[in-house]
Amino acid sequence: MKIILAIILGLAFGIALDQAKASYPQKIIGMLHLKDFHLMKVILFSIGFSSLLLFILLSLNLIDAGHLSVKTTYAGVIIGGAILGAGFAIGGYCPGTCVVAAGRGRKDALAFLAGGLLGALVYMLIFGLIKDAALFDKIAGGAVSLAETNPEKYTSLSGNLPALLVAGPIAILFMLIAFFLPEGTES
Amino acid sequence: MKKPKSWLKGGLLLGSVFLVAVWLVKPVGVSTQFVVLDGIVWNLLSPDLISQNDASQAYESSNAYLNKSGGKYASLVANPLNYGFIFALSMLVGGFVSGKLSRKKISNEDRISPKVWRDRFGASAKKRYAFAFFAGFLALFGARLAAGCTSGHMMSGMMQTSLSGYLFAAGAFATAIPIAILVFNSKRSS
Repeated sequence: MKIILAIILGLAFGIALDQAKASYPQKIIGMLHLKDFHLMKVILFSIGFSSLLLFILLSLNLIDAGHLSVKTTYAGVIIGGAILGAGFAIGGYCPGTCVVAAGRGRKDALAFLAGGLLGALVYMLIFGLIKDAALFDKIAGGAVSLAETNPEKYTSLSGNLPALLVAGPIAILFMLIAFFLPEGTES
Repeated sequence: MKKPKSWLKGGLLLGSVFLVAVWLVKPVGVSTQFVVLDGIVWNLLSPDLISQNDASQAYESSNAYLNKSGGKYASLVANPLNYGFIFALSMLVGGFVSGKLSRKKISNEDRISPKVWRDRFGASAKKRYAFAFFAGFLALFGARLAAGCTSGHMMSGMMQTSLSGYLFAAGAFATAIPIAILVFNSKRSS
């Protein structure tokens, strides 16, 4: 059953990324050099929209909180993000979109994917040397979120406040920014 | 002609997939699958990479990364027909299907490099592939250090209001924006 879901959801995600033009390097670079904000609007809106519905459904107990997965916070998250950002800017792809773009027939996406396989391999090879570094020390308790998600597994930074009261306004803010951000010049 | 609010359609579509994924299974994430594919190939070349503990049945690896968190990744490599790996393979098919669904085809030159790249660096395919390879290297090295990428940290993370998601996004855009401006806003080199 889970495999069937993997096939359907992966297919849907691939189609959605491509239809939203998130797998178009032209659009990614257009966003990053602050010319064409189409994708910024897509990203902000999709985060706000999915987040608002997620927390509404959670508050109604319609989603199993055990499905949520809050990742650990440590300095490496920021540094790794910054390294990824460099590749994102130069290549115009990220780890997910390069897979979709390769399926769409983009050859530079295949080159990015191949580079990614090597980058991941080098990380696997050096991990043993860096695994005890301060880089991996938890920040703010590790797996924490602003709104309460799953109190059995994760800590909330907003204490006992109802999750929707915290996540709702953030989600609406994301959607508002998406609406009011100018489109920029289409590239 | 450009349809009005095409960003809204894209955002609704993408947001719905993120929501349905966490509703039915778990948040979307991709970059782990690069490790899984590396591991599968490595394990084919040297089958002693992954082993199974006789007593506990748990998977173990001689590689420290595959062995971490109780052999979590080692187990994924040993059983490639798992949710995350099939999900990523389906994304590739999704890209193909999306191309079939789209009326507008991608031009041959756009298959090699985006226009913004050609305007700056010319149409050389070799040059574009070399830099795309290098960019992919950085992106996946960074994603593994951060234990997540744009999908897992930025989108799924911020959807759940994870602190790590906001910090990851801040880190990524802090380098991506200045580098993109520096690289693509200067005049064409000869």
